[in-house]
Amino acid sequence: MSERITIDPITRLEGHGKIEIFLDDEGEVANTYFQIPELRGFERFCVGRPVEEMPLLTNRICGVCPEAHHMAAAKAADAVYKVTIPPAAKKLRELLYSAFFVTDHTTHFYALGGPDFIIGPDAPVAERNILGVIHKVGLETGSQVIQARKYGHRVVEMIGGRKVHPCTSIPGGLTQGINEEQRAEIEAMGRWAIEFAQFSLKIFNQIVMGNPEYVEMILCDAYTHHTYYIGTVDENNRVNFYDGRVSVVDPDGMRIGYYSGAEYLDWIAERVEPWTYLKFPYLKKIGWKGFVDGKDSGVYMATPLSRLNAADGMATPRAQEEYERFFSTLGGKPVHQRLAIHWARLIELLYAAERWVELATDPEITSDNFHTVPTEKPSEGVGIVEAPRGTLTHHYWTDERGLVTKVNLVVGTTNNYAPISMSVNKAARDLIHNGTIITEGLLNRIEMAFRAYDPCFGCATHAMPGKMPLEAIIRDAHGEVVEVVRQYC
Amino acid sequence: MMTIGKAKLGLYWACSCGGCDIATLNIHEKILEVDAAFEIVFWPVAMDAKVKDVEAMPDGSIDLMLFNGGIRTTENEEMAHLLRRKSKILVAFGSCASEGCIPGLANLSPVSSIFDVSYSATPTTENPQNIRPTITWQAPEGELHLPGLFPVLRTLDQVVPVDYYIPGCPPESEEIAAVIEQVTQVLDGKASLPPKGSTLGAGKSTVCDECKRTKNVKEIHQFVRIQSLERIDPELCLLEQGLPCNGPATRSGCGALCPQVSAQCIGCHGPAEGVIDYGARLMSAFASVIASNDPKEIGQILDGIPDPAGQFYRFNLAKSLLRSGRQAWEGLEEGK
Repeated sequence: MSERITIDPITRLEGHGKIEIFLDDEGEVANTYFQIPELRGFERFCVGRPVEEMPLLTNRICGVCPEAHHMAAAKAADAVYKVTIPPAAKKLRELLYSAFFVTDHTTHFYALGGPDFIIGPDAPVAERNILGVIHKVGLETGSQVIQARKYGHRVVEMIGGRKVHPCTSIPGGLTQGINEEQRAEIEAMGRWAIEFAQFSLKIFNQIVMGNPEYVEMILCDAYTHHTYYIGTVDENNRVNFYDGRVSVVDPDGMRIGYYSGAEYLDWIAERVEPWTYLKFPYLKKIGWKGFVDGKDSGVYMATPLSRLNAADGMATPRAQEEYERFFSTLGGKPVHQRLAIHWARLIELLYAAERWVELATDPEITSDNFHTVPTEKPSEGVGIVEAPRGTLTHHYWTDERGLVTKVNLVVGTTNNYAPISMSVNKAARDLIHNGTIITEGLLNRIEMAFRAYDPCFGCATHAMPGKMPLEAIIRDAHGEVVEVVRQYC
Repeated sequence: MMTIGKAKLGLYWACSCGGCDIATLNIHEKILEVDAAFEIVFWPVAMDAKVKDVEAMPDGSIDLMLFNGGIRTTENEEMAHLLRRKSKILVAFGSCASEGCIPGLANLSPVSSIFDVSYSATPTTENPQNIRPTITWQAPEGELHLPGLFPVLRTLDQVVPVDYYIPGCPPESEEIAAVIEQVTQVLDGKASLPPKGSTLGAGKSTVCDECKRTKNVKEIHQFVRIQSLERIDPELCLLEQGLPCNGPATRSGCGALCPQVSAQCIGCHGPAEGVIDYGARLMSAFASVIASNDPKEIGQILDGIPDPAGQFYRFNLAKSLLRSGRQAWEGLEEGK
C-alpha cells in the first residue's frame, strides 16, 4: 500500500464522519470507506417506555429534524392503538410539517448547498457561504432567508408547542388545536412563503440553469448514479410528506411497487459492516450486491430527487409546473444526476409553501375535534413520513399496557448511506489518479458529492446538514504525513 | 475577566442531537451581539476551525466554552479534556452535558445489548454472520479505526471540572441570549461572575411556579395516560387532572411551554435549584398529592405510572444518585 488519504469532514477528533481513501501501488484508488463513529442506542433504551412518550423521546434523535421523528412516532403510536385520528388533527400535523419543510429546505439551499452554485464551486472559499450568497443576490435576500426560517419556526411553535422538539402529538391526535386568530396568522405567513419559494426558484433558474458550465457540471458522469428511488405518494401518486404509501421505482423509472407502513419489512433490509456504527439499508427484494449501481443492486436513494422520481407529479399547481419543467429540462424520468437534488429541493420548497396555505385555509383546521381517545388494545404499529432527507420509518411493538417492547427505526439520511458512500467513491476515482496533486478544488468536488444529499448524521450521529469542512491527510507508506490540504465551506 | 481584544468563545457538541446548536442559531438578531462581543474560535456547526487549531491554542485561551452533549465515546472524552484545558470558563450547555438527557436512558442497558438490538434483533437487520462494528478492523486495503463506546454515558462534570450549567433540552433561545448578555456585562466590567457551579440562564424555582394553569388543592386519586383523556381541561393544572406532570421538580425558565399547550412537563430543564436528586424530589412531590393513606390503594394509584425509571429519571439518569455510587464507566467496552 503506497498511500492512504484520510478525508475527515470535521477533523479526526471531532470525527462525525470520516472518509478513508486507499490507493493501490499504481496510485489509483483501491477503495474508499465512509465511516460513522457513534451509536446512541435509541432502539434499545426506548424499550419499557410508554408508547405515548415516543414522539417526545425520539425527537431527541435529531435536533435538526425533530419534527420528522415527532410525526413518524405519533403515526406509529396511532397505529399501535389502531386509532384513526380526526381529520383536523391530521391536517394540523401536516400543516406543522409543511411549515417545517419550508424552514429546513430554505436553510439548506441558502446556507449549505446553494453557495456552490450561486457563488460557484471554484470561487474563493471565504465567499462560498451564506454571506457570499447575500452579496451576489442582494442584502434583501438575507433578511428574507431569516424571515422564512422564523415563520416556519413560528408555525411549529404554535401547533407543536415548542420551536425545537415539539410536544403536542399524542396517540389519537393532538393535545390542542388552533383558533381563528392563529389560523389567520399562519395563512398570512404561508402566502409570504409561496412568494419566497418562487423567488428562490427564480434565482436557481437564472444563476444555475442559465449558466452552461453549471448545467454541464450537474449533468456530468462523476455525479451520476443509476439506483432505485423511493418516496411517499398520495392516492394520485403525487408527492406527500406526511402520509400515503411509499412508491419504489427502478433505475429505468419503472414503478416496481408500493408499500404501506405495515409492509415495509417486505421491502427494506439493512446490512452491517464491521468498520462503521451505521447500517446500510437496501431493497430486500433486490438484495445487497455491494456498493454498486444498476438494476441488480438493491441500493436505493431517498431524497427530494427520489421523491420526484418516485411520484407522478406534485399535488399543488405551481409546484406541478416546476416539476414538469424539471424533467423536461433534464431529459425525462428518472433523473440520476445527484446535483439535481438541489433543484428538486426547491420544487419541494414551493410545494410545502403551497400546501401550508391549502391547509391553513381548510375550513376544518380550527375544529376543536383534534383528538380521538384510543379504545383498541395496543400491540404493534408502523409510522412512515418523508423527512427532508428521506423516508423515515418508526416501528413499535408494545405490551397490552402500551409499554414499548421492541423498536425498529430506519432513518432519513441512513437510507442514503450506501449512495453517499458510492458518490464519494466515484468522485475519488474520477479525480485521484497516479501523480494527481490533491488540491482544495478536488476536495470541494468530493464534498459537493456529499452535500447534495444534505446529509444529516444528527439522525445517525450528529453532524449538521451539509456543513462539512474537509481535510485531506496524505501519508506515505511509513505513515508519515507528506501533505495536508484543507478546504472550508 | 481581563482579555486583550475580543473575548474568545467556543461551542462544541459531543454525544448530542444538534438541538442545542439549532437553539443557539435561533437567537436570530442576537447573534450579531455575540459577534460584537466575542471572537468565535471554535464552533463545528457554524464555522471551520479544527481540533488541531484548538490544540495549538495556549491553555486557558478560550474565555467561554459552551459544551453540549454527553460523553459516550472515547472521542467525546478526549474532546472534553482538551476543551477543559483550553478554556477559562467551561459551561455544561444543555441537558445532555448537564445531566445526560434522553441518551442517558441507555445507561440502563449494557453496550452489548445495545449492539445486539441494533445489529441483530431489529427486524430489518440482515446479519447472519453476527458482524459487530469494531474499534480496529483490518480492511483488505489497510486498517480502519472507530472510537470505542464506554459502558455508560457520562455528564460533562463526571469527566472534567465544570464551571457553570445551562439546563434545557434544548435551552430556550431567550435563556441563551440572557447568558450572552450576562457574560457581556461581565466582560464590560459591569457585573461579576456568579459563584462556580451556578446555573445560568434558567430560573431558580419550578415550572409549576411559572405555569399559568389554575391550581387548587392537589389530591390525586389516579394517574392517567394522556391519550385516555376525553378532554384535557385547557385551564386546570395538569397534575390535578391526573397527568403525571413533572412541573413540581423541574427548574423554571422555559415559561412552562409544554403545560401551556396541554402536554405535561417531561422535565427537560432538570432539577430546580437546590435539588440534589431530581427523581427523589419528583417522587416526594407525587407522594404528597396522592389522596390516600392506605398502602394498598397507594400502590394501585402508583400503578398509573407504568414506567417509573423513565418517569422520574427521563432526562436525569446519568446524573442521578442512582448511578453515582458506581464507577460504571471504568474501563472501555469494545465493540466486538
